Amino acid sequence: MKIISAVAASVLTFFFWMAVADAETIKVGVVLPYSGPNADLGNQIDKAFDLYIKLHAKDLGDNKIELVKRDEGPASGANARTVVTELITNDKVKLLAGFVFSPGAIAAAPLATQAKIPMLIANAGTAWITTLSPFIVRFSFSMWDPAYPMGTYAATKLGCKTAAAGFTDFPPGQDSALAFKTAFEKAGGKVIDEVRMGSPGPVPDFTPFFQRVKDEHPDCFYVFVPSGSHAGGVMKTYGDIGMRQAGIRLIGPMDLIPDYQLAQMSDAAIGLVVVSSYADDYDTPINKDFVKEWHAAYGPNSYPDFESAAGMDTMAGIFYVINKLQSNLDDGAKVVDALKGWKHDGPRGLIEIDPQTRDVIQDERAEEVIKKPDGKLGVKVLETFPQVKDECKVLKIGRCGS
Amino acid sequence: MPPVVNTIISILFDGLAWAMFLFIISVGLSITMGLMGVVNLAHGAFAMAGGYLVVTATASWGVPFLASLIIAFIVVGIVSVLFERTLYRQLYDASELHQVLLTIGLAFMAIATYTYFYGPLPQAIRVPYYLSGELHLGARSFPTYRVFLIGVGAALIAALWYGFERTNIGARIRAAVDNRRMAQSVGIDVDRLFTITFAVGSGLAGLSGGLAIQLLGLTPSFAIIYLVFFLLVVAVGGSGSIWGTLAGALVLGVSDTAGKYLFADAGSFFIYAVAVLILLIRPAGLYGRE
Amino acid sequence: MDANKSSSISSTNAVARARAADLLARRDRYRIVEALPWIAAIAAYFAFPNQMVLGSQTLILILFALSLDLILGYAGIVTLGHAAYFGVGAYAAALLITDVGWSEPISGLVCAAVVSAIAGFLSGLILLRYRGLTLLVLTLSTTIMLQQLGNLFRDFTGGYDGIPNLNIAPLFGYFDYDLYGHTYYLYCLAVLLVSFCVMRRIVYSPFGQALVGIRENVARMHAIGSPVHWRLVVAYAISAGLAGIAGALFAQTNTLVTLGVFDFDQSAAVLMMLILGGAGWLYGAFVGAALYMVLQNELAKISPPFWQFGIGLLLVAVVLLTRRGAFARLAKIDQHLP
Repeated sequence: MKIISAVAASVLTFFFWMAVADAETIKVGVVLPYSGPNADLGNQIDKAFDLYIKLHAKDLGDNKIELVKRDEGPASGANARTVVTELITNDKVKLLAGFVFSPGAIAAAPLATQAKIPMLIANAGTAWITTLSPFIVRFSFSMWDPAYPMGTYAATKLGCKTAAAGFTDFPPGQDSALAFKTAFEKAGGKVIDEVRMGSPGPVPDFTPFFQRVKDEHPDCFYVFVPSGSHAGGVMKTYGDIGMRQAGIRLIGPMDLIPDYQLAQMSDAAIGLVVVSSYADDYDTPINKDFVKEWHAAYGPNSYPDFESAAGMDTMAGIFYVINKLQSNLDDGAKVVDALKGWKHDGPRGLIEIDPQTRDVIQDERAEEVIKKPDGKLGVKVLETFPQVKDECKVLKIGRCGS
Repeated sequence: MPPVVNTIISILFDGLAWAMFLFIISVGLSITMGLMGVVNLAHGAFAMAGGYLVVTATASWGVPFLASLIIAFIVVGIVSVLFERTLYRQLYDASELHQVLLTIGLAFMAIATYTYFYGPLPQAIRVPYYLSGELHLGARSFPTYRVFLIGVGAALIAALWYGFERTNIGARIRAAVDNRRMAQSVGIDVDRLFTITFAVGSGLAGLSGGLAIQLLGLTPSFAIIYLVFFLLVVAVGGSGSIWGTLAGALVLGVSDTAGKYLFADAGSFFIYAVAVLILLIRPAGLYGRE
Repeated sequence: MDANKSSSISSTNAVARARAADLLARRDRYRIVEALPWIAAIAAYFAFPNQMVLGSQTLILILFALSLDLILGYAGIVTLGHAAYFGVGAYAAALLITDVGWSEPISGLVCAAVVSAIAGFLSGLILLRYRGLTLLVLTLSTTIMLQQLGNLFRDFTGGYDGIPNLNIAPLFGYFDYDLYGHTYYLYCLAVLLVSFCVMRRIVYSPFGQALVGIRENVARMHAIGSPVHWRLVVAYAISAGLAGIAGALFAQTNTLVTLGVFDFDQSAAVLMMLILGGAGWLYGAFVGAALYMVLQNELAKISPPFWQFGIGLLLVAVVLLTRRGAFARLAKIDQHLP
């Protein structure tokens, strides 16, 4: 909260100086969940936005950036349209950034088209969202990005002949499981069971679902749950039921081990293999710097995760267009065009915005959870899948084909 | 072991553990509702407070897990007395709607306060080594933590039974639940009973919050998102009755687990469907009185 | 002598009946002061042209709260699941546009009202036999089950991502919808006005009086032979229908409907609005919903936990202050109305 008031204070100060300064202040509308059960997701991205601005403010020269932050509201997207309309009509922002929940992004898409304002997605992962408006640019990921390579990797390198898929019963879970299954079966594996594991709201007791899978003895168990409380529950249950001892390997996308949860997980997580675009432990100068700055700003118990990394890259993209278009962001179409094909080296490594789909292209890595020399849990990169595109759109599956 | 038997054992054991948890978290609510006639939707907030106390105690103060649970029970119980004396007292004769809304308001205030101090990120604890992993009993193994839950539940049932059936104060509480006016006219200090009962009930909520961390995780929203479950248990079991709460917890816990195990696609449906069916037939609950 | 007695009795009856009719007619007359909320709403249209989407959502919530007031404020039935009818109406309107291909807005509202009224009638037949905690849990559970069913039939409902692109045809074939939501606002305002007049008529009719009687002393109502259960079911159905209209408006103005319409948050929010504004006097819905939305919008800008704490505190304060029932306050208001 202190961070928010500090930014609010500095934002108000910017606004004041705008009256006297010559330079442009670019208003960016930030739409993230700041309250409710999913506030932790918004929190990670919000911190990333603030951190990037703090570190790179001088890159804008005389120009300044002002973040107008609004609460995205509940995961159902019921408030999204109201909030976004107000940002456009009342606050007159030039860009929209954020969007953790897919329904919120879906609801806001027609507004972006109508107002011709670029919508920069820092999280929402439903694959076909980018098709909803030509003004949408996504910096984060599609559910298919980690899930599809995981399917291939599990069949070819992890020795899984059979697999079960468990997922939270809502569109991101369905998407992720479908992506995994498509790739896994293409590579010769067989998915023997698909278990829907409760609604996205309250964390269910995972035991019955996991017990059922344990009794079926697949080689691998692919799990997708929303990052946060659900991920913690999954790891505890996996450990408690002794699935590893039963010879079942737990695999999944990065949502299973967001870094701030990994730090709290027990040793049951060791040996888990995920496909992820980001982990704190990545040994690149840019990432090491990023993690160091994060701890400096937010304390030793706060860890950046894949959402924070996506947030940094989104803000980097915003800075890029501000500079490239000399802070004239009035033409939304020009902003989007400027971002097409944009390449950037960030905490996740090299990313690119696909000119055809306006979706992100990034490296995905197969990682294994290990115990580091300092006793904490970390990850070791097993293999890198360079510059992965969203396979849903490549293969034109379902709504991705439109 | 034939797979069917294995499945049944899995369902029964997991269902029992889940039922025990539901019992522990709901029994306090059932007693206060039965005795004081107050729909206390802030019950979840007391549980959440207990959970955060356990997190702070184990992580920052180095208190062992089991001791933290006891501390949570005592501290939340004592603090609840404050709320009872000032706020809940006003609700005893108020309409149901007012009770619902005041206690929801309290829950909101609690969530906001804890979000401010602890942040929205989920909390976790390290359970002691003797509570993690599995216990191997013959051909099957069972998660130790769940066996622990069943144990705590059983101990609690025994303690509550003894307290209600064999002590003076238990008798007085039962009298007050049955017929408050009569109890008052034979000289029972009903006000003091209310306070004690509320303290015990909220203390139990705090304890269950501490137990819940390993099971469901902990964020400030805990106070509201699981509220539905304890309301279900109390309504189905019949408010004011310990055996009712146990019966309700068992029925709902086992059917929820069975539903998730066997029909995962519609899994969460079962607990509500069973609750609705029971309530339609017996509106006062399994052990309720009307 | 008998003739005199009976004629004096009948003349007394006649006088009493005339006085009662006069009282009801006077109470039913529209007073000047009742135009205030509508004037305020139209003033808002001109004063805050950039916040019309927020305005439309507020009007929709006022209608939703009004619908709840009928059974909660007037009939005294406490339910935690009113969002069910809001959701049914929303999906009815949505499916009319996407599956049937019919995008005329007003018929969408009518369709939604009918579907949710039927849903209210059928569920009311069963649910209204219960009260207290039982009813709370039943209404809560059935709404959650409805949401789960919606997720099971996700091909039909779109699941949690919902049904997008709900674009309604221009109003009366002429008035189209702009980004600022001006037309949406006026559309919602008109619907609210009509619905409000209907509600007011019901509430001041003998039927409405019967509901109040049921709320105040149901035993006596049974004793005088009033068909209590049927009255309640009809009121519940009307209330569901109005909630359905609110839901349809939401679907049409939000252009997206998701399973989130059934969230407990919705039922709880509308309950909160009513208590804030005062249940049982119709305008409570206006005051409560407007207060809630403005507070949410402004306090959340400072910091979201601040908003949550604020609304919680407000609830506690309001309940403590009106402990003896908002109905008592209503009684005082009633006395002042001539």
